[in-house]
Amino acid sequence: MIRFLLRRIGQGFLVVLGVTMVVFVATRLVGDPVQVMLPLSSTDQERADFRHQLGLDKPIPQQFVEFVGDLATLNFGNSLWQRRPALSVVFQHLPLTLELIACGLGLAILLSVPLGAFAALRPGGVVDRIATLGGLLGLSIPQFWLGLMLIVFLAVKLHWLPTSGIGGPSHFILPAITMALPSLARLMMMVRSSVIDELNQQYIRTARAKGLHFTQVLFGHAMRNALVPFLTLAGWEFINAMAGYTVVVESVFAWPGLGFTALKAIDHNDLYLLQAIVFTVAIIIVIVNIAMDVVYKAIDPRIKLA
Amino acid sequence: MTAANILPAQGATTPRGRLAVLAEELWHDKAGFIGFVVIVLLLVMAIFAPLLAPYDPAAQSILTRLKPPAWLDGGDWAHPFGTDQLGRDILSRVIYGARASLLVGVSVVTFAGTIGVLLGLFAGYKGGRIDLFIMRAVDVQVAFPGLLLIILIVSVVGPGLLTTIVVLALTNWMVYARVIRGIVLSVRQTAYVEAAEMIGTRPSRIIFRHILPNLTSPLLTLGILEFTNIVLAEAAMSFLGLGIQPPATSWGLDIANGKDYLFVAWWLVAFPGLSISITVLAINLFANWLRVTTDPQEREKRFARAKAAERRRHRGGGG
Amino acid sequence: MDMTSEMPLLEVEQLSVEFDTRRGIVHGLRGVNLSVGRGETLAIVGESGSGKSVTAQAVMGLIDVPGRIAGGDIRWKGRSLLSREGARAARDIRGKEIALIFQDPMTSLNPLLKIGVQIGEVLQRHLGMSRSQAQTRVLELLEAVGIPAPPRRANQYPHELSGGMRQRVMIAMAIACEPQLLIADEPTTALDVTIQAQVLELIAGLQESLNLSVILITHDLGVVAGLCHRVAVMYAGRIVETGTADDIFERPAHPYTQGLIRSTPRLDDRLDRLIAIEGAPPDMLSPPAGCAFRLRCPSADTTCTQEPPLLSFMNGGNAACWHPSNVAAVVETAEVAIQALP
Repeated sequence: MIRFLLRRIGQGFLVVLGVTMVVFVATRLVGDPVQVMLPLSSTDQERADFRHQLGLDKPIPQQFVEFVGDLATLNFGNSLWQRRPALSVVFQHLPLTLELIACGLGLAILLSVPLGAFAALRPGGVVDRIATLGGLLGLSIPQFWLGLMLIVFLAVKLHWLPTSGIGGPSHFILPAITMALPSLARLMMMVRSSVIDELNQQYIRTARAKGLHFTQVLFGHAMRNALVPFLTLAGWEFINAMAGYTVVVESVFAWPGLGFTALKAIDHNDLYLLQAIVFTVAIIIVIVNIAMDVVYKAIDPRIKLA
Repeated sequence: MTAANILPAQGATTPRGRLAVLAEELWHDKAGFIGFVVIVLLLVMAIFAPLLAPYDPAAQSILTRLKPPAWLDGGDWAHPFGTDQLGRDILSRVIYGARASLLVGVSVVTFAGTIGVLLGLFAGYKGGRIDLFIMRAVDVQVAFPGLLLIILIVSVVGPGLLTTIVVLALTNWMVYARVIRGIVLSVRQTAYVEAAEMIGTRPSRIIFRHILPNLTSPLLTLGILEFTNIVLAEAAMSFLGLGIQPPATSWGLDIANGKDYLFVAWWLVAFPGLSISITVLAINLFANWLRVTTDPQEREKRFARAKAAERRRHRGGGG
Repeated sequence: MDMTSEMPLLEVEQLSVEFDTRRGIVHGLRGVNLSVGRGETLAIVGESGSGKSVTAQAVMGLIDVPGRIAGGDIRWKGRSLLSREGARAARDIRGKEIALIFQDPMTSLNPLLKIGVQIGEVLQRHLGMSRSQAQTRVLELLEAVGIPAPPRRANQYPHELSGGMRQRVMIAMAIACEPQLLIADEPTTALDVTIQAQVLELIAGLQESLNLSVILITHDLGVVAGLCHRVAVMYAGRIVETGTADDIFERPAHPYTQGLIRSTPRLDDRLDRLIAIEGAPPDMLSPPAGCAFRLRCPSADTTCTQEPPLLSFMNGGNAACWHPSNVAAVVETAEVAIQALP
């Protein structure tokens, strides 16, 4: 297990290196960062000074080395917008994003399992067709539009819930539901198809031939085996949430998490902050990937550690 | 099972006969059928937008600002879906918006698909180091925080239609590569391909005769599903201001536009969003039908379940 | 073994099973009749597609969409398993009084659960044992089926065992509750020849020690010879001949059985070519009227387009044929004459 962990961490390193390179290329070589960061009215001299100040007039390889060195020492520079270390800005807003994901995804995971299993019992039956339609609907509605519509109906028309921002628990509900619904749809469809697949396997025949009660066959065998692909997808949903959905949902509800901050960073042309955010998220994703592999191995004894 | 005993009604052999059988099955799957019809309507809408839209989507008019949809107080049928804060007709904008989604969707799927399929073929066929390298690249790219990376790139390069297409292609090629590589690997392990390789068949011939036919069906389903992902992604990007820019029309852009008027004029947001939802839902329903129909096992199961349900109904529900 | 004084344990009467497919209805079983008595071993022999496995599954209540039981009855100790109450009771009977082992032990075992757990399940379900009680019994069972080092093996997963051992595990699961009937569906087909013999010996030994009745389903006649009292030959969804093992091998009456015996090569034969049965099995979507074998039968004539009668022989066997070989040994009874009517 230790060797496996070390290998995966090593691979994770490579991935982080890849991210580093792409961030470097994206920020320095494609387009001119200085042009983006300074107002249009600045003179060429001001631009040249700024460039020198940021060290962007040095040769590219040297820049890259410095860049990597900075990252290794977790020096992300100062946020141009907030004039304090970019990393501290990141850590201030990260918890809010994690809270949002935890609630939304947690809800999705909890509901998707029974819904999917129920639908799988009689494929093509009434429950299944309704569930499939609901699932496809959940997949088809754009998340940001869903959030907006929820605001219109529940906050504006009915005045049940606040429209945006953070505050008490009631501020949490709409963003969490918006986060949850598309993931719920995807997870439910996956549970359904996994359970249907497992129920078609030969070992289920053996279980039924042994005269086991149906609940035992369903839970003890089919669903237990369907857990593996389910966990994979759940991990994937978490990663996608970190990598994208939170940006959208936070924007709709003005939820001051990492995604919201990233958008604000664009508005202020704060490339350093953006870099810091992208990097942090990438590292979190790598860690989650490794954790998923470990869990995978713990559940499926056939997987070899290599 | 001798061929001579196949019942003629079921075993259609002519192309027209097969098409008729497919059409019949589509008709029976109401959901799939509705999806198909809606897709056709959308295509018509996108292609014939100038003929169908009552107004120029960019035409502004101070007089008719924020008119509600026709069936509400204050609305009239000159603007069935109402107008936005600049007096532009929502219905026309919705019709033209279909073009943006279709264009971006098809372009990205073509680009990303081509890159992904080629890389997947290469990796799967050559194996060894090349395979390892390409799959590492896939892993690295997959680990990238997708939307955040898009944000980063767009913030440096600047938004626009072309940027949107390129950026979405760059972040969505991986699934094709993985799927194609998987298929290539499993086909290569079959006995007949091994035999072909052993007698010295040229690689290109092996790829064309054996591997490619196995790719068309999964690629079709994958492409269709990815298309829906791209439509949603483009909408999200345009919503955030990173995608298609005014004066062009896009459903996502319209939603962003209407967001500020959410409390007073909900229709600005509702109709573009409905359009996206209906489009994606229709494609999903059709793709679902297609997936079952192109998989012989699934197709049989669907038939058998329908028959069993029919029997239960005839017996009055007493299973 | 006096078979006639006791009621048969299992009776299958005119069982029909149909499958719904897009190309039409496949008639998997078309009126199967058989019975098994206590302590008796019955072999069901036939080609692939003749309906042997379907029969086993039907008895065990495992027929599911797209298949369904279309007619006939299955009686266990006199009680029908197809009636409403019978079907409910069947779940308690399955695994406890009747057990089934499948052909491929690799896919028939849950890959993610330990062997001990999978065997223990049956004990907990039917005998109400606790986890620890079951664990002890599992070790005894593993020993009984000849698996060395039971404690270690019980904690392993299916992929860590060899094919022969997996099949022994299946047998252990089957005999866990000391059933009265064991149905073995091609238990040795997926195994090496040397292991085949061991598994068959195991089944024979268990049959003696537990007074087990066994239905052995196979397409391999060699497997039948040493093990079975009676043989039923199946073709195209029907039983075409039954008899004692000796009679079937030495005096086969039905032309299909004769063809089967002839086509099995023996070590002491010096043939240049193998003798095959001409033709191919019929399409079960629309089986031929009358005797299904007539299209391949050397003795067929126009009477064979009618449903053949079930002719009983003096030695206790029977055959569904218009022109069986042992014409002199035929005993025509009134029931037979009635059966011959369309």
